[in-house]
Amino acid sequence: MTTQAMTKTATTKTAMTETAAEAAGREMTGAEMVLAALADHGVEHLFGYPGGAVLPIYDEIFKQDQVKHILVRHEQGAAHAAEGYARSTGKVGCLLVTSGPGATNAVTGLADALMDSIPLVCITGQVATHLIGNDAFQECDTVGITRPCTKHNWLVRDIADLPRILHEAFYVASSGRPGPVVVDIPKDIQFTKGIYHGPQNVEHKTYKPKLKAEDAKIREAVELMRGAKKPVFYTGGGVINSGPEASRLLRELVKATGFPITSTLMGLGAYPAADPQWLGMLGMHGTYEANWAMHDCDVMICVGARFDDRITGRLDAFSPGSKKIHIDIDPSSINKNVKVDLPIIGDCRSVLEDMVRAWRSNSYEADKAALGAWWKQIETWRSRKSLSFKQTGDIIKPQYAVQRLYELTKDRDVYITTEVGQHQMWAAQHFHFQEPNRWMTSGGLGTMGYGLPASVGVQLAHPGSLVIDIAGEASVQMTMQEISTAVQYRLPIKIFILNNQYMGMVRQWQELLHGGRYAESYSEALPDFVKLAEAYHAVGIRCEKAGELDDAIREMINVNRPVIFDCVVDQAENCFPMIPSGRAHNEMLLSDSTESIEDAVTEEGKMMV
Amino acid sequence: MPPAEPIASHTLSILVDNEPGVLARVIGLFSGRGYNIDSLTVSETEHEKQVSRITIVTRGTPMVIEQIKNQLERLVPVHRVVDMTTQGPSIARELAMVKVRGRGDHRVEALRLADAFRARVIDASIESFVFELTGASDKIDQFVSLMLPLGLVEVSRTGVAAIARGPEGM
Repeated sequence: MTTQAMTKTATTKTAMTETAAEAAGREMTGAEMVLAALADHGVEHLFGYPGGAVLPIYDEIFKQDQVKHILVRHEQGAAHAAEGYARSTGKVGCLLVTSGPGATNAVTGLADALMDSIPLVCITGQVATHLIGNDAFQECDTVGITRPCTKHNWLVRDIADLPRILHEAFYVASSGRPGPVVVDIPKDIQFTKGIYHGPQNVEHKTYKPKLKAEDAKIREAVELMRGAKKPVFYTGGGVINSGPEASRLLRELVKATGFPITSTLMGLGAYPAADPQWLGMLGMHGTYEANWAMHDCDVMICVGARFDDRITGRLDAFSPGSKKIHIDIDPSSINKNVKVDLPIIGDCRSVLEDMVRAWRSNSYEADKAALGAWWKQIETWRSRKSLSFKQTGDIIKPQYAVQRLYELTKDRDVYITTEVGQHQMWAAQHFHFQEPNRWMTSGGLGTMGYGLPASVGVQLAHPGSLVIDIAGEASVQMTMQEISTAVQYRLPIKIFILNNQYMGMVRQWQELLHGGRYAESYSEALPDFVKLAEAYHAVGIRCEKAGELDDAIREMINVNRPVIFDCVVDQAENCFPMIPSGRAHNEMLLSDSTESIEDAVTEEGKMMV
Repeated sequence: MPPAEPIASHTLSILVDNEPGVLARVIGLFSGRGYNIDSLTVSETEHEKQVSRITIVTRGTPMVIEQIKNQLERLVPVHRVVDMTTQGPSIARELAMVKVRGRGDHRVEALRLADAFRARVIDASIESFVFELTGASDKIDQFVSLMLPLGLVEVSRTGVAAIARGPEGM
């Protein structure tokens, strides 16, 4: 039975070796194969939720103790928890959900992982093969629904294909540009016996991403960099995905060249925020100096970022005078939004290694005089202190809350997740990351409700660390039920809610673009978060006064249990700097700008999100 | 947006694993990302290796065409994508079956034109013909438009299949 499966991966194998391979395999059921494959790929934690179509797999989970199953409260939570797990460890995150609603509930998490290139293996149950297409109970076309929100997916129709597909799933999820994959396994296949083979020599016959760049391109890149007068590094999540070594090499290259560096939301932590060459985050809510440096630079070195619309602002005014080098593992990221001068296809780690070597072996030095003038210019932008805010009186400014949280936790082993909205931007601006894999946020899809379940996954992977979800009161209610998961597994996550009673970013846009008509962005009825925490057997803390904030944060840190921290903040605060839609990098609005944003945004700009 | 670049028609040949859902992946990519499909042809070409060849005629600026090609290559079951329009000289053909109904002069004229276009009669009744015609798309367009006043009933076309000239395979 297995020969068919084997020939698919290795068409050249002779009949002899097939027989030998078959002899080496073990006979087991499809459900047993799932657990065997998870164990073979070193999976320690599996997030999931049982249901009819996955019961045989759950039966196998019951019989073993190598793979620990984490029971979430909703399948979306399983996906985000797996994302947090993956993002903070560099490993593949795994989830197991049932057919129909189990699969559809996981879709948001899969789409999120696809946008942010997070490796996930999602195993879904499916109704028995003979029932597929009959509108059976809890049936849905899982591979059809998940096709556009996964890197790849499979419906297993033959037990002989299952071991190969499971191993390919891990390979596809984790190699090249990482992403989520779905393996849909009908219930009858889970019961059927077949021969299981381990993951040795699993190689996909068509999917072989290119990791190493051509030497000529590397040479061209360092030549451009050497001649640069106003260079800037623009880095992104690709550096994080490429592993800690990529971050180390990036630091080496940035230090060797003396160039300034900025990063996208997804790339925070790849370069230490404490370093003077760090300009802060760029983009819609990036710093004044980062955006101006991008606009005025003459050589831009983009490493593992994708010129997203939050980054570029108005495309035809994006960094008009620069030569652009773009390093990316995914050729489809090249020239998608912005035409670049020197595309380099390869893994960030490999390309950065080659660039460092080329720079050093040629004893290259940057144009010192020009770079000095460039840094002087940057310092004048920096002196604008675009992230400044005034904390006066009792009412807590949200920026102040994040700043205090940072100051009081920065010497600890801390991991931050966020939800989506104003609090996310303030966290990115005021919590400073020195290491990669410490910052988990939903960048591409912008999924409210990501942070709480993600923190569950992060805490599982890092049991002794301090894991904080910087949240908004609106976002956190989308997946609030996962606090119950945290309590069940004694995961002392801290949910730090910046509570302004509004969907803050919606409110900000309504204030700035829709004449202050706050349509449905105010939550007239919010739960008492302290009592809510207590109802979940977690700890609730509320803080309403700036003077009491430090003590309250310390109390939160010192509790070795899950905490919901209700930090009541200024309701009217807006997130600045801001590049209004349809504007360019050099047209930022600051908190003290005299121009109103309503005037700043063109009719065309209003069309944009 | 950058200054408008010229929009041109391109014929892409795509080699894929002949596995369930592969066509849906390719078409879904086009609809999901807002690309055009002017013509689509798909069939298994190497049974032993389970490889199919998809030919798509699409339109776009050079940047969009490059993007389409890269996005297609990103799909896991896709082996290779070649832009037949830019890769060098290539031949593109399609097959059409054209049903024409008429009597008398119209019938004679239809037959005469079919002969001029080297279309074969593959079905006939006292008042109708079905012509089979292969050729470049514009030749078929032209034949169909000529049949229109002569009693055109319906047309069935295969869509474009393309191959490069010369000894090399894709």
